[in-house]
Amino acid sequence: MTAQLFSALLTVVIGVGGCLAYFWGSNTLLDRLLPVDASNDERSIRNLKRQSTVRPWLFLLPALILLTIYLIYPVFQTIWLSFHDKAGDAFVGLDNYRWALNDTGFRTSIFNNFLWLLVVPAACTFLGLVIAVLTDRIWWGPLAKSFIFLPMAISFVGASVIWKFVYDYRAEGQEQIGILNAVVEWFGFSPQVWIAMPFWNNFFLMVILIWIQTGFATVILGAALRGVPEDTLEAAVIDGAGPFKIFWRIMVPQIMPTIIVVWTTITVLVLKVFDIVLTMTNGQWDTQVLANLMFDWMFRGGGDFGRGAAIAIIIMIAVLPIMIWNIRQANAEQKGGH
Amino acid sequence: MWERIRLEPSRFALHLAVLLIVAMWTLPTAGLLVSSLRDKNLIATSGWWTALTTTVRSAQTRTGEAAVQVEQDGRFVISGNLFEGAGDGPGTITAFGTRVAKPDEFAVGTTASYEDGRTLTVNADGAYSYTSPVKFEDGRGQRVFYMTAVPPKFTTENYSNVLFSQGIGRAFVNSLTVTIPATIIPILIAAFAAYALAWMKIPGRGFMISVVVGLLVVPLQMSLIPLLKLYNASGFLSKTYLGIWLAHTGFGLPFAIYLLRSYIAGLPRDLIESAQVDGANDFKIFRRIILPLSFPALASFAIFQFLWVWNDLLVAIVFLGTEPDKTVLTYQLNSLLGSRGGNWEILTASAFITIVVPLLVFFSLQGYFVRGLLAGSVKGG
Repeated sequence: MTAQLFSALLTVVIGVGGCLAYFWGSNTLLDRLLPVDASNDERSIRNLKRQSTVRPWLFLLPALILLTIYLIYPVFQTIWLSFHDKAGDAFVGLDNYRWALNDTGFRTSIFNNFLWLLVVPAACTFLGLVIAVLTDRIWWGPLAKSFIFLPMAISFVGASVIWKFVYDYRAEGQEQIGILNAVVEWFGFSPQVWIAMPFWNNFFLMVILIWIQTGFATVILGAALRGVPEDTLEAAVIDGAGPFKIFWRIMVPQIMPTIIVVWTTITVLVLKVFDIVLTMTNGQWDTQVLANLMFDWMFRGGGDFGRGAAIAIIIMIAVLPIMIWNIRQANAEQKGGH
Repeated sequence: MWERIRLEPSRFALHLAVLLIVAMWTLPTAGLLVSSLRDKNLIATSGWWTALTTTVRSAQTRTGEAAVQVEQDGRFVISGNLFEGAGDGPGTITAFGTRVAKPDEFAVGTTASYEDGRTLTVNADGAYSYTSPVKFEDGRGQRVFYMTAVPPKFTTENYSNVLFSQGIGRAFVNSLTVTIPATIIPILIAAFAAYALAWMKIPGRGFMISVVVGLLVVPLQMSLIPLLKLYNASGFLSKTYLGIWLAHTGFGLPFAIYLLRSYIAGLPRDLIESAQVDGANDFKIFRRIILPLSFPALASFAIFQFLWVWNDLLVAIVFLGTEPDKTVLTYQLNSLLGSRGGNWEILTASAFITIVVPLLVFFSLQGYFVRGLLAGSVKGG
């Protein structure tokens, strides 16, 4: 273990050092090759111009290379692979997509993904809003918020263990050690095997993601709510509007852009959800989702890259509208400001 | 501002509602923490919420062997304490029995008789005396069933078990080895790129920013198969730490560049222009002005990337593989969930070890984390 720690430390130094050496070295080299001095002669001015043409690319080069290798090239390669067979050798046209449409596993996954998309972003946003409004009005609100926020730091695998323990099942008559079944028994009902109940088990898995992500929604929406101008609220109060009317008619519309951001961010996350399903059920009892199905096909029986790629493309298509919306927003913002 | 708006229901109901929500959000984690510190027999037989109360449960053990018998007044006697043979420590016996179906048939202090004349007496403290008119021949002791009241018992045994016998300790170091470089390298690369995209004149800057924004939401799944093929073909990246650092760097860059660029672009123009007038080139401006001023944004991203890499399972499985000497905590925990599914003393302690580092980072640096969240989303990204 000491040797491992030492080698880890060494590699950190080499990796980070290498990075620093690149930036320092390339920039110093540029200064040497195209010297600029204070004399302001013609050569200096020409070099200064050349420097400012070259330098941005020195700054950008590592990022551009990594983005290309790790994200841009794979997108095109995955599209290409989705039209090829399992090893990526022979062109098979739309066969992988045709397979997907007729595969029961795929159909279950699509159905479940729709459920997740319908429930999780809505639940997180709604709970986030409610919690933000409630905690804003009490003195220990910040403390309450950090408790709700805390699961964001927990890994999906860790959260799955936590919730598997909550859902733990013992046969009737035995003492329940899972809190959910203990509560259910306390109310006089019989204990259930929650994660093996087809259809409803999807919701028990969604609870985990909602538990993790509500804190995110609370923080973002809470900040937006604090930005709602006070006079609009006061005007509503003077007009005799009740608390629910103020909430739905005055506050929610004013923070709509933020609600959309929260909603879409969680939507993208939901499409990629993988760890929770893998650790809780690995897709058993009709809980499969696309990301876990894709992982399955990547490695099952040596891997079927064609089918895996086709599933990835379908996830990508679902994300595409959000991606286009984001780019348009960012472009509008750039034109507006700096 | 809220105090001036009179909202019903009353203040009391409000406090109660928030308290209830907080309880719902904390109880699952509390259950994990409490259980990880309990005795493993107790975890399996009683709910964690009873950890502070004395539990009564049934147990069984054997009396001493025939070898320890002594002859007393014409009877053969084996005596001792039931808790000696049992796994758990001293407790209080409330009842005992001779059959598995009835562990509470006889009250403590009374004597149970077997059909052939043997008798068994058990006291509350566990002391027993087992007698027979004839000499005991069977080498093994007689089975005794009893009800025992076990006082609350906490232990760190589960932790030492998982750290040293279940591979969690090694996985912890592996996780650190993966996470630290995978956090530092993207910060450096993204900071330079962000400055270039914010303040330097380059053709196609707007296009590059759009590409970064687009890449923000590209699902990881799109990259997995091509990169797996690429890594397998390259050889030197496959299943190595270098390979996974670069992968995490690549995947983290869009968010890093986006977050840092919007922060750096918001720095005052005068500051940069006056430095340029003084003859400082961009490299110098970056080192002397941009880096120190961007510390809050850099810290925000560092926390995000640290949590994301530490908590990641997918990238680790695909790019680091499943050989035990390199697996990270999340993978180890997931495989324990498969192999030790019912052993909650192992699972809860392992899970707590995997989440303790992110929790510490989170609590000590929550301010930066929240600031990063707000910068990353509210601007509409």
